[in-house]
Formats: sequence, C-alpha cells, structure tokens
Amino acid sequence: MKPAPFALERPRTTADALAFLAAGGRVMAGGQSLGPMLNLRLAAPGRVVDVSAADLRTAAREGETLVLGACVTHADIEDGRIAQAAGPVLAALLARVAGGIAYRAVRNRGTIGGSLCHADPAADWVNALSALDASVEIATPSGSRRLPLGDFLTGALATALGPDELLAAVRIPQPAATAGFGYVKHCRKVGEFAHAIGAALIDPARGAARLVMGALERPPLLIADARALFGGAVDADFAARFDPEPADAALQAAGIADPVSRHVHVEVLRRAVMQAAGLQAGRAAA
Amino acid sequence: MSPRSSSLEGVGARLPRKEDDRLMRGRGQFVGDIKLPGMQDVAFVRSPLAHARIRGIAIPPEDRSRVFIAADLDGVKPIRAVSGLPGFKVSEQPVLATGKVRQVGELIAICVAPTRAEAEDIAARVTLDLEELPAVSDMIAARAPGAPLVHEHWGDNVFLETLVDIDMASAFDAPIKVSRTISTARQCMAPIEGRGVVVHLDHRADQIVFHTASQMPHIVRTGLAGCLGLDEGRIRIVSPDVGGGFGYKAILLAEEVCLGWLAQRCGHPVRWLEDRREHLTANANCREHHYQITLYAERDGTLRGVDCEATVDSGAYSAYPFSACLEAAQVASILPGPYDFPAYRCRTWSVATNKCPILPYRGVARTGVCFALELALDAVAAAAGLAPEEVRRKNLVRPAQMPFDNITNKHFDSGDYPQALERALTAINADGVRARQARGEEDGRRIGLGLSIYCEQAAHGTSVYSGWGIPMVPGFEQAGARLTPDGGLELRIGAHSHGQGLETTLAQVAHEILGVPVARTRLVHGDTAMTPYSTGSWGSRVMVMAGGAVATACTELAERARRIGAHLLQADLADVRFADGRVTGPSGDVSLAQIAHVWYRRPQDLPAGVDAGGLEVTAGYKPVRDSGTFSYAAHAVVLAVDPALGEVEILDYVIVEDGGTLVNPMVVDGQIYGGLAQGLGTALYEEMAFDAAGQPLASTLADYLLPGAAEVPAPRIDHMETPSPYTRFGVKGIGEGGAIAPPAAVANAINDALRPLGAEMLHSPVTPRRIVEAILAARAAPSRRDAA
Ligand SMILES: Cc1cc2nc3c(=O)[nH]c(=O)nc-3n(C[C@H](O)[C@H](O)[C@H](O)COP(=O)(O)OP(=O)(O)OC[C@H]3O[C@@H](n4cnc5c(N)ncnc54)[C@H](O)[C@@H]3O)c2cc1C
Repeated sequence: MKPAPFALERPRTTADALAFLAAGGRVMAGGQSLGPMLNLRLAAPGRVVDVSAADLRTAAREGETLVLGACVTHADIEDGRIAQAAGPVLAALLARVAGGIAYRAVRNRGTIGGSLCHADPAADWVNALSALDASVEIATPSGSRRLPLGDFLTGALATALGPDELLAAVRIPQPAATAGFGYVKHCRKVGEFAHAIGAALIDPARGAARLVMGALERPPLLIADARALFGGAVDADFAARFDPEPADAALQAAGIADPVSRHVHVEVLRRAVMQAAGLQAGRAAA
Repeated sequence: MSPRSSSLEGVGARLPRKEDDRLMRGRGQFVGDIKLPGMQDVAFVRSPLAHARIRGIAIPPEDRSRVFIAADLDGVKPIRAVSGLPGFKVSEQPVLATGKVRQVGELIAICVAPTRAEAEDIAARVTLDLEELPAVSDMIAARAPGAPLVHEHWGDNVFLETLVDIDMASAFDAPIKVSRTISTARQCMAPIEGRGVVVHLDHRADQIVFHTASQMPHIVRTGLAGCLGLDEGRIRIVSPDVGGGFGYKAILLAEEVCLGWLAQRCGHPVRWLEDRREHLTANANCREHHYQITLYAERDGTLRGVDCEATVDSGAYSAYPFSACLEAAQVASILPGPYDFPAYRCRTWSVATNKCPILPYRGVARTGVCFALELALDAVAAAAGLAPEEVRRKNLVRPAQMPFDNITNKHFDSGDYPQALERALTAINADGVRARQARGEEDGRRIGLGLSIYCEQAAHGTSVYSGWGIPMVPGFEQAGARLTPDGGLELRIGAHSHGQGLETTLAQVAHEILGVPVARTRLVHGDTAMTPYSTGSWGSRVMVMAGGAVATACTELAERARRIGAHLLQADLADVRFADGRVTGPSGDVSLAQIAHVWYRRPQDLPAGVDAGGLEVTAGYKPVRDSGTFSYAAHAVVLAVDPALGEVEILDYVIVEDGGTLVNPMVVDGQIYGGLAQGLGTALYEEMAFDAAGQPLASTLADYLLPGAAEVPAPRIDHMETPSPYTRFGVKGIGEGGAIAPPAAVANAINDALRPLGAEMLHSPVTPRRIVEAILAARAAPSRRDAA
C-alpha cells in the first residue's frame, strides 16, 4: 500500500496552483481521501498539487453569505475559528456537523473543499451544505465561476470541476432567524461514514422546508420544496404532520429498490425534521 | 502448592506491568522497527482471482532479476499441515502458486527492491494470464455434489467429516424440540501489528536469522526447516515485541518461507511487512461456522439432548501447524458447553472453499459453539415459557459433581458454574432490568437482557493433541532460571509474550518462590537461540505451562541455594530453610545475593560436594493431569435496541469469571477487557464477506468494522477463584475467555428486546441492517412456533 511515484508541488497561491494544474496534476488538500487512494493505487497522478499552503484557508462574510475558503479544515469549523465570519447560529450549526466527521486526526487535516470535491455521497458537508443551499466558487484558468452545490455534485464521486480548475470557496447563506436545522447521521460506529443521512432546513414562518436524504449511491436527494411531506403546507406544527409516504416515493423514484434501505433513510429524515423542530430526535417505536 | 509469600509482588499481586513502560512510551521493538544495512523490501504479486488456472506470468525483461516465481524456488517444499484424524484429506499449499490459484491474495511472485514502494511498482508491472475457474465461496454450497472443486483430486470439498452419536435417539420423545440455523461470519483477526518478517544471513553462526512476529518461534523454525530443506540448527527465529497475536501469529506463512529462500538467494537482508489490505484480503481468517442445531428438553427446561450439524469454512488450505480440521473437531467436542445432559449427536464438516485458510482465533471454536448453544437455549426458554436463567439452572454442571467428565469426556477440573450465573444475575440486577423493560422506554427503544455462560478448556496437552495428529503436540514445558552474580534473576521460556504481560507475571511466580524483586527479574523469550523449546503461546496455556515450569525451576534453584547457604551458615541442612529470598538457620541468615556472590565470585568458599549445576536450572513441567484446566464465566448484558434503525447501545455489562488462582488480577482484567472488545466485534461489527466469485468485499478498515474505544463499554468484572487441583498454584488459563461469551450474550439480549416484535437474530454480527430486516419481515409474516 505505497503510492506509485509522483511529483509534488506546493504552490503558495491559487494562481500558482492553477498554473501547475494547467500542465496536468491532481489537487491535494487535506489528503484524507486522496492519501488512501494514492496508497491503494486507485489514483496514480504523475503530479500532485498540494494546495493546503495556498491562500485558501479563509473565512469572510459577504452580506448574508458566509464564504469559506476551500482549505478551511473540519477542525477549524469545529473549534469555532470561523465563528466571527459565520455568526453564532451558523457557526454553531456548522460546528456540530464538523464535529461528527470521522475522528479528530482526520478533522485536523480534512477540508471542506476537499470533501465537496471528493463528492462521496456519504460525506457530511455534501449533504449538510445541500440542505443549507450552499454554492461553490470555482477558480478557472480564465477567472472564476459559481455553481449551486446541486449542479456541482454531478454523481457519486463526480463533480462539474474541470481538470484544470480548483474549488476556491464555499458560499453558505445565513439561514433565516425563524428557521430550524436538523442533521442526523446513521452510523454503526463513531467516526464512520454514514449509512444514511437526513438534513432539514425548515422555516415555518415562511412556509418553506428544504430536505435532504443522503448516503445513497448518488448525489444528495434534495427535496427543495418539501411541503408535500407536511400535508401540503409547512406551518408551526409541521413536525406533527410529517408524512413519510412522499419521502419513500421520492426514494423509489430515485431508483432505491430496497425497502429496508428506504425505511432507514425515511426514518433518519424524520429524525432530522424533529430536530429542526427543536424536538428530541425521538426514536420511533417499531 | 507452596504457600503464598507475604510479599506484595508474588502470586495474587495486582502489579502494574513492567513491559508497559517501554510499550506505552513507543519504545517497543517490533519487526517494523528493525533496520539492517543493505536491507531490501518485498512486495508480492498476488492472485486477483479466487480460482483460476495460471496460463502465464509476464515479467518485463528489465525487472527479471528482481522477480521470482515458483519455478525459481529450487528445493522449496509446499506447506503441509496434515491431521492424523481418519479420512483427513491433505492440501499442499505451494509457497508460490503453481498451476492454479485457489484464493484471492495467493502468492504468485516475489518482487524485491530497495523500498516497498519500488517493489510495488515492479509488482504492478508483472502481468498475469489467468483462466478464471468457477469458485466456491459458500461452505454449504461447497458440500453439495457438483460444486467446483478446490482440490480436484479429492473428488469433493471436504477436508474432514466427523460424527459422534451418544444415545441421541433417546431424546426424540422430549416434549420440547427447538431447531435453529445459526451462523457466525468470517472474520479477520486484525491485531494492531500485522505480520512481518526480516531475514538476514549470520555467516559467523552459519544461520539464517528470521525476525518474525510470531507466537510460536520454535514451531515456526520446525516448519521453515521442513519447507526450506535445512537443518533446524541453521535457522534462528527471533520474535521481538509483537503487537497482538490472537492466533494470527500462530501460523507458518508462505511469505516467511519465501523470504527465507530469498535471503539466501540475494545475500542481503530482506523484509516483508504485511499491510492492512494484505491482512484483510489475503492472509487467514477465522470464525466462520454454520450450525443446524436442535435441542430436546423437558417442559421444566431440563435438556434431554443436543443434535447438531456443524460446518466450518476452512478455506483453501490447511494452515500449519493447527490444520484445517482443528476448528470443527473442537466444535464436536465442546459444543455441550458447561451443561450436563444425556444425549448428543454432532456431525461436522471441515469444508474447503476458495478463501484464505481459517485459523484458530482467540477462543477458537468456543465462540461459535457458545453462540449456537446459548442462542438455542434461549429459544428453549421461550418455548417453555421460562426465564433464560431457569433453563441454565436446570442444566449447568453442579459443584458437587466436580471434577466432572462430560458427555464428550471433557474433564472439568473444578468450579461452581451455577454460582457464577447467580452472581451475574444479581450484579446486573435482572429483576430491576425486567421491571424497566415492562415499563417501556420513553424514546421508543426496547431494553433487552442477555446471558451467556461457557467453560473453556485451556493448557490442554499431550493427551488431547496427540489424538489429533497435527504437526504439533505439546509435551513438557520447560523454563530456565539463572541467578546472576549480583543476585538478579533471568528466566527463559520458549513461549512468547505479546500483550499477555508475562514479563511481569512470570517474575511474580518466580518471586513467590525465590523472593527476587520483580524489578530485578527479566524474562528472556522469543528467540530460539536463547530459550528452551516450546510449542509457544496459544490455547491460554502459558501461565499454566510456563508458569509451572518457572516455578519448578525456581524451586530447584531455591534448594541448591539452601545447600550453599547451610554451608555458609555452618548449619545442618535440616536446620535451614529458604524463605523470602534468604536462607535462614538457627544462628543467622544469608541472602540469595550473597549466595550468588559466593558461587560466581568466591568458589573457594563453596562446600565440598556442592551441586555442580550451580545457580542455573532448566526444568520441565506438566500439570498433574494434562487434559486441561476449565476456566468459566457468566456474562450478562443489558442493552437498548432502536427498532426503527437497528442501532444497539450497551447499557451495562457484567462478567463473573473464574480463572482459578489469579497470578495478577489486574493483568487478568486486561485480558478480559481485550477479549470483550473482540467479542463485541464478533457480536456487532466484524464481517469479512465474499461475493459468489470468492472476492473479499472489504479491503480497508472503512469496510471491515472493528469496535473502537467508543463502542466498548467498561464491564464490571467479578472474580471467583476456584483453584485447579492439577496445576501449580491452582492457576487456570484465562487468556481467551473474554472473547467467547459476548456474541451470545449480546445476541440473546437483542432477541430478548425484540421477542415481542417476533424478530430473532441468529447470525453474527447482528448489524442494524439485519435487525431492521428481521423486524420488517416479522411484521410482514407471522412468527414461527416451536413445538412445545
Ligand atoms: C478514517 C476516515 C474517516 C472519514 N470519515 C468521514 C465522515 O464521517 N464524513 C465525511 O464527510 N468525511 C469523512 N472522511 C473524509 C474526510 O472528511 C476528508 O477529509 C474529505 O473527504 C476530503 O478532504 P481533504 O481535504 O482531505 O481532500 P483530499 O483528500 O486532499 O482530496 C480529495 C479529493 O478532492 C480533490 N480536491 C481537494 N481539494 C480540492 C480543491 N480545492 N479543488 C479541487 N479539487 C480538490 C482532490 O483532488 C481529491 O480528488 C473520512 C476520512 C477518513 C480518512
């Protein structure tokens, strides 16, 4: 389990990184996913461009949007080092998601950008940020472009990123003050990738609910307008009116044929909804 | 039995482990820490297919001098682990594949280079032309006529079939009959340190020196000498610090043979370090059992008989030295557990499949049989409308019956099994748990209480192993004891310590007799050049066997010291005694250090006719009976099952165990904690699955789940200490026990929680997915009824 030979570059700026990529190469950020792939020889790039020392570990506020540089680590978020830019509500919510990723050693190096670019369907940022309606900023040889996360994530382990492009930043809108957020991860052991993820951003004041079912063999299953799961309208007692049937139907429509898997994903989503309502993630009686 | 010394370091002392100072500071010396000048690394080309004919191996010309295949290995013989049991079919495990490959990961070529990465580069350039053959990866299918054959000339896939029938028909009219199909998944043993071997030539000693992570250096030497065609004296095995064995390091590897040949061929030191992928996909698994079990009982729970068909997936080859049949043979002999009943039938099959060989793993077959029998007993309890403990009370061997010869002639040496059960029920507060269960949980989870009990034969010797006729039969165990000129003590044993704490506990045994401080006693082990022959560390045998040998050697040493001491004290031998490290006579005393000083430095002061052997003794030992000690335990667990997602949380875990006299209860606790962690792995997490083509489905620890710190609860341990009547100090083997009972206790607790839902879990690991599946299935279909 040793990597095939490769050249290593450590650019200090995004511009230098793009210049290296133009000549061919694979980006490495925290190396927590790419490292194992190199060691298992599932990836054998001739050149690795390590961007962890480039100018991408930043946090800023643009109006109601938090802009995190791609190389912000899970630990940066967990420890609140982005709290000033994020504001208390968003900072706390992101910290909770970050703290549930893997183990501390992985969080010390793994990055939010690497996580999105790796696009593992079971990854936490992939799903949590889909519910939060995030978008990404991509540095290209000719400038930059923005994509909603839903357009960026094109498949399991696949993104819209070109070989000469770099993910520069993640843009996360502030949730409304009246919104509730729920995030539930179903794992067999602590620190494991999820077997099912449910994420919910629900704002009864505006009658809006954005729900995500994740850790399927595909990008997050997003229900951007989830009123149908609450009997047609999202109001103050939405939690009591959660209807699993449309969620199950959405999974079926997405090709999830296995009823046990559907049962688990719907239940995890239900718990995320309960959390968004501020209720104990009550476990269901069978 | 000698009296316990008054000192705080002898038998029974809770002494911190000496070895932990270096191990916990990262100063251990493992195979991977060894660096020799000129050493090169090896990577292997391994079979990507489970079953295939090798049509060709293409090596680029520029790599030819660094790649070796079977045809290059002049004079190297295959590994053969033959059992003497009648009907056993022999498999020859080629060191490098010839003709055909029979499992994924089988070795095909050796690649050697200055670094492992470069060796892997070479391996990646070797191309294989393989003709894929149909594979057998399911042991039940492998037994069926017409299945693809792993070893064609056998005509079937059965290493060995056995049958015992003791009056089975007499049970058939019992009012309760419960049948279950129960199975345990294939597992990897997953020690923190994998296998590894460094080989170099010692021209001065005219020896090939292997540094290898092994539980049994002397047995490995015998096996290597046979495969390499060398005198045993030309081979030296050094097993340095070893990071966990569990059985995985009690096997002769083809890799070891390859490196022994390669070092001679290349002249420079060579090294192979197993990586995690090799461990998971290529090298030896464990635990995969399948039981079709029927229990016959009276309405009050009294067992009338046990009838079982057991199949063990032995993999493609018979591993050296334990062979492909030890596991199944053990199933037949120990399935009856700690219970007394009059009728028994057990048919077993050791089946060859296109998977890696199966090895005895901590607890060996006991974990599987305990799982099968204890789950079936709970099914009897449910059928009879009794509490699970009621059925066990009716059938456990009682203390008044001890020593007891059970239905398969296992000789239980001592103990009070029912008391262990009662103590466990009290400690876990069974009544309180059931009251809580009846109230129900606010969060919708369901509480379950589970029990399991086992007894474990350990340190069994010649009389047991000679019957199996495998390459290794333990005889007398020997130990050396040498006083140093300044009064320190060196002990030598041929077994190995790789986590058991023997550097401390054997020093405690010696201290009990000689009074030498534990800090001044060192254990020399893990080197064939410096230790007496031993079959090594396995079968929970070392404290009984090496402990007994150390005690015997120290007792002889004490007597020799007494003779010299009497002379120095100018007293009659009859008037002096040895105690607490001193020889004391009517008019004074003399210390062991003073006696050592005289023997080594002032021999002119020695008495005439002194024992010329001096202050160095090698002594052999066997217990009074070598049929084994029987330690035992009752485990009780309370857990909560989330029926919607199948998540299981352990709320309380109690272990009441009896390992006879405990040399160091703290070390015993450590052994139990580690065993429990592995037992929970079997119960809830670990599974090496294969697809129909024989491909292993986990190649990293992301797919092969091991319990971590967060998953293992702190158990509450209660010790009983019933000495064995047959061993020195009354000790019993306890090293494996912790891993035996947890899968059964946990599954029984889950079944207790799920019973009202009509779901029953009979396969380990009990995963969330399997729980949800069973609940949904039970909801869809009415539950089965047992005859009652
Ligand atoms: C033991 C373990 C457990 C884990 N558990 C979880 C878990 O529970 N949940 C979870 O979400 N994750 C988990 N992970 C993954 C972890 O979060 C990784 O850190 C993350 O997926 C990748 O981030 P990275 O910075 O390490 O990226 P890298 O490994 O460096 O890169 C990953 C991929 O993204 C590309 N890439 C990285 N950065 C950029 C960029 N800025 N622009 C373009 N391409 C880029 C790389 O080329 C590569 O293809 C786990 C990892 C390990 C080792």
